[in-house]
Amino acid sequence: MKALESWGRYPRVEQRTQPLVWRTDALPQPGGTVLPHGLGRSYGDSCLNGGGTLLLTAGLDRLISFDAATGVVRCEAGVSLDTLLRLAAPRGWFLPVTPGTKFVTVGGAIANDVHGKNHHRGGTFGRYVRRFELVRSDGSRRVCAPDENPDWYGATIGGLGLTGLVTWAEVQLKPISNPYVLQETVPFGNLDGFLEVARESEKDYEFTMAWVDCLARGRKVGRGLLYRGNFAPPQFDGLPLAKSHLSHGVGLAVPMDMPAFCLNRLSVSAFNWLYYHRQNGKPKQRLTHYDPFFYPLDAIYGWNRIYGRKGFLQFQCVVPYSTARDALAEILERSSRGGLPSFLSVLKTFGDIPSPGWLSFPRQGVTLAMDFANRGEKTWRLVEELDRVTREAGGAVYPAKDARMSPESFAAYFPQRERFSRYVDPAFSSSFWRRVNPVALPFSLESERGPAASRPQSLLAIR
Amino acid sequence: MKKVLVLGATSAIAQATVRLLAARGASLYLVGRNAANLEAVAQDATTRGAAKVESRAVDLNDFAAHESLVDAAYAALGGLDGVVLAHGVLGDQTEAQKSWAATETVLRTNFLSAVSLLTVLANRFEAQKAGTLVVISSVAGDRGRQSNYVYGASKGALNVFLQGLRNRLAKSNVAVVTVKPGFVDTPMTAHIPKNKLFASPEKVARGLLSAADARKNEVYVPGIWALIMLIIRTIPETVFKRMKL
Ligand SMILES: Cc1cc2nc3c(=O)[nH]c(=O)nc-3n(C[C@H](O)[C@H](O)[C@H](O)COP(=O)(O)OP(=O)(O)OC[C@H]3O[C@@H](n4cnc5c(N)ncnc54)[C@H](O)[C@@H]3O)c2cc1C
Repeated sequence: MKALESWGRYPRVEQRTQPLVWRTDALPQPGGTVLPHGLGRSYGDSCLNGGGTLLLTAGLDRLISFDAATGVVRCEAGVSLDTLLRLAAPRGWFLPVTPGTKFVTVGGAIANDVHGKNHHRGGTFGRYVRRFELVRSDGSRRVCAPDENPDWYGATIGGLGLTGLVTWAEVQLKPISNPYVLQETVPFGNLDGFLEVARESEKDYEFTMAWVDCLARGRKVGRGLLYRGNFAPPQFDGLPLAKSHLSHGVGLAVPMDMPAFCLNRLSVSAFNWLYYHRQNGKPKQRLTHYDPFFYPLDAIYGWNRIYGRKGFLQFQCVVPYSTARDALAEILERSSRGGLPSFLSVLKTFGDIPSPGWLSFPRQGVTLAMDFANRGEKTWRLVEELDRVTREAGGAVYPAKDARMSPESFAAYFPQRERFSRYVDPAFSSSFWRRVNPVALPFSLESERGPAASRPQSLLAIR
Repeated sequence: MKKVLVLGATSAIAQATVRLLAARGASLYLVGRNAANLEAVAQDATTRGAAKVESRAVDLNDFAAHESLVDAAYAALGGLDGVVLAHGVLGDQTEAQKSWAATETVLRTNFLSAVSLLTVLANRFEAQKAGTLVVISSVAGDRGRQSNYVYGASKGALNVFLQGLRNRLAKSNVAVVTVKPGFVDTPMTAHIPKNKLFASPEKVARGLLSAADARKNEVYVPGIWALIMLIIRTIPETVFKRMKL
């Protein structure tokens, strides 16, 4: 057993690890429960399995085939999105959907049904997964596709690694004419401003997302900068497209745990002020390589260490448009008043394109992601409050970024939870799964759903 | 190396080397024991841009098949100008001490089968007056230690064989490159707790290929092992025999 942590560095739990090497090998049966583990870029405990075994998929990193004419790539589940980009981008193909880091595996992208800056146009990653193989602890192997074992397909996409091991998958890429993005930055003064610019941008831009100044309050609550962009057109006169190399971008590294005092209200608010005012209020256009556009944080290797040894809690929620303004204003106000600065807060809209995954997180509305340095009770109580607001607004919280949601919240956020549970492999489990299913739920799911839901019991009590 | 025969292609270091060669557009003939695993490595190499990939599943401890294997590689790639010999077993020292059979397996796989293959290959390369033979040995061959001297002996014998071969083939423009990795983080060493001295197979593969490109003689990868082994070789035997290594 060794202590392992996920990207948020909280919690730290004891577990065994077992590397996987060949996709045709039988599933290991080490005794106790197992959970596949990709590159550990989930923040909380959904990629951890305290007391059990993690099946490390990093060794399943072989490509199987790539058709440069159709853009269909087949690869083992441990292949990273970075590897796919290095293969595909120089040949005119790109990921149909990509999260904000390229250091995630294809298996991890399926299990969390990840979303990107183009959800309003493209939906989630799962929509482009044409087929995959699922290996279960009973020794069975199934090829799953929308028209082949469709139940297993729907359960596994967004299925948090609980339905079995994905050994390989086939993904449909999308064509690009060059690796550059034509990007525009538009400042907005508050939440209403964001909603307006975001809706308007969706019409003409494939990619949108906004950085928000989480310390702004009152009339300025929700002010920030919206980034929108499209892949640059084929002949973009006069710009140096010839230099279309892939940047290898490990520019900076956080060498050690930063002492907690580096991140305080003052430093974050100074940063946010400078960042916001850098724009001097006007939209700005520029051409940028896809790497800094999609993966700005990847350039700072190990940035999760700036929060120090106790780690941090991520909080990402989505709320429907009908309640978005009020709920988000409350969430931003509360986190600002809580005095616990979120270094990076991101707002984005989700469109109405449905995902094939039953437990998929994205749904139509507005999503907000924030991280909070872990300062014990105080932080927990704040995030618990944000969770409550989300719940009352009829929204949902993202399991990939969670270390604390209650069983009641989980059930409220994921109405297909019971149907999904029937597909969970009996030998698979995770710290997250045990947390949100401590025992059979002592209430009816139907009556528990919706804005009228009762307050969740204190999370600290549950643990 | 444009047309390369890779022996033991499913080993971790060989796989990493195959990827680098594939990215350069080399043609590859891959040999390993397990057909399914070999197929996975071959597909990976093809997808990463190898000009041509063929593979064959054989047990390299069947020495009688070596001649025809080399023939097949020549035929498949239309010639050969490089060989990466990467097959080998770590064995279990305690087992080997108890049984000759266990010792013999290590010696056959790591030394005898390599000698048999290199005998065939060296003659062809000598005749064509070109080519690079890269052989993965080990720092363990530099000095016998109680914890793994059977494995060490198989690699030490291999090192001496390669020195002689290098000496013989120098005038024929054939390079013989002995690669001595230190600890490598591979499935072969999965049971050993890792420390800072463990290198990734990718790092070793990069070192291996640059040594092959430069037609070096003997290289330690990563380079720090040259220093470590210099120290270990220098300890007088009277002292060394009392040490727990
Ligand atoms: C900087 C940063 C930015 C991010 N931005 C976004 C974003 O924009 N959108 C978004 O959606 N997410 C985002 N994320 C979260 C990240 O994309 C997801 O958590 C992703 O799933 C992590 O993949 P991983 O390979 O690291 O998997 P892990 O975190 O190791 O595991 C994730 C889940 O996948 C399961 N799993 C892994 N491999 C397999 C397999 N072979 N078979 C079955 N199950 C498997 C695991 O059991 C676990 O449940 C971001 C994360 C970071 C660190």
